[in-house]
Amino acid sequence: MVSGLINANPILYEKKERRARSAPSVADEYAVEPIDQQEIFDHIRDIKDPEHPYSLEELKVITEDAIEVDDQHSYVRVTFTPTVEHCSMATIIGLCLRVKLMRSLPSRYKVDIKVAPGSHATEAAVNKQLNDKERVAAALENPNLVDMVDECLAPSFN
Amino acid sequence: MATLEGGFQLREVQRLEGHTDRVWGLAWNPATGNAGIPLVFASCSGDTTVRIWEQNLSSGLWDCKAVLEETHTRTVRSCAWSPSGKLLASASFDATTAVWENVGGDFECVSTLEGHENEVKSLSWNASGSLLATCGRDKSVWIWEVLPGNEFECVSVLQGHTQDVKMVQWHPTRDVLFSCSYDNNIKVWADEGDSDDWQCVQTLGEPNNGHTSTVWALSFNAKGDKMVTSSDDLTLKIWETDNIRMQSGDGTAPWSHVSTLSGYHDRTIFSVHWSREGIIASGAADDAIRFFVENNESSVDGPSYKLLLKEEKAHDMDINSVQWSPGEKRLLASASDDGTIKIWELVSRS
Repeated sequence: MVSGLINANPILYEKKERRARSAPSVADEYAVEPIDQQEIFDHIRDIKDPEHPYSLEELKVITEDAIEVDDQHSYVRVTFTPTVEHCSMATIIGLCLRVKLMRSLPSRYKVDIKVAPGSHATEAAVNKQLNDKERVAAALENPNLVDMVDECLAPSFN
Repeated sequence: MATLEGGFQLREVQRLEGHTDRVWGLAWNPATGNAGIPLVFASCSGDTTVRIWEQNLSSGLWDCKAVLEETHTRTVRSCAWSPSGKLLASASFDATTAVWENVGGDFECVSTLEGHENEVKSLSWNASGSLLATCGRDKSVWIWEVLPGNEFECVSVLQGHTQDVKMVQWHPTRDVLFSCSYDNNIKVWADEGDSDDWQCVQTLGEPNNGHTSTVWALSFNAKGDKMVTSSDDLTLKIWETDNIRMQSGDGTAPWSHVSTLSGYHDRTIFSVHWSREGIIASGAADDAIRFFVENNESSVDGPSYKLLLKEEKAHDMDINSVQWSPGEKRLLASASDDGTIKIWELVSRS
């Protein structure tokens, strides 16, 4: 394998078992079911890593525990852990997470995406860029970036 | 400012739909709203268009009069009218600035300014309309001279910010330019030698009690001796200068921090605008609009500011711009990620 890759040999982890969502205790089909950690995780677990044929879950870039959600205040924070400290793909991964949640969640939601503390050499810079919506908007008008993001997101829509 | 004491309430006058993507910017035409001329404003959007809205004098409501399209190919981030109201400039992520002229109700693109390497994010006309400033992701600020025949000549490219420049704004009376950036700084630029020798004369940053994250917007009070800035650090900051030095033409009169308004907005404050009568409006990613006024109670620490009113859930999504209208009434327009524009009136609670 020609190693132009940032992380040529990533460690793979086992996927979490897919739990069926618990049936609502009240059989009222109009009852609003709050969005929870598990639902958010299900939206993003199958996103493909930008440089490997594995999912973000398999690479443990994201875990269910690293998702904070407050449905009442329409707020989600996803903290992800790049596989290597100097991962130049961190902003792409963050962009994929943001786009997937933008497309999956109701528009009332506010989303923050962060790299896990200590997991990236330029943590503050990556976080600032990922949470500047003007930069995100500009990035999403770049056809090459959009292609890359769409490719990573494809498995997550199955 | 006795009229600002007592209760106020915000009345939603109208909700305007038309843009098919988030609305980024708003600009009221300064030559409208008096002498029977209906109020006009422009809005710009991620849908690559600019829309012109005009008030119907009998209903008091606004209609879309024109859609300026097929010129910009990407997001139009901001727009600004020349002081005479005859020209409208629009800044786009497509790296160009377009200048439009109102010819009998039709808007024609009369000039396209190229030079920025990539996204143009903001623009501002000086008080006399002889200079136009633009800024963008390439970290630079450009100053263009307006020549006869809708020609624009770049007279200076200002380097100094270390990250993208979010907004430029001319001082309301002097030819002194202010810029704010993703590098957390506000820079003051002046032409020291009368020969297009534009220099950075001051940097307001963290060591000057400045912002600790991206500075998104700035606005001046009517006199031009104070300015307010808004930031991703969730604060608004008030700055002041020596008005006598400033009015005597000394562009290098230093600005200093007066007050920090914190603990109000919960998310990034994208926009702030100071009204002629002294009311500061701010719009943020927490979907709320807030109004602040100077606290009249004398204080040994200098002026302080208090919250006059807040409107939670003013929009369904982030608020990107708030702009006071010209004219008699206290009208405010707001633009949002929800694709709508709202017109509000701030009225005394009787």
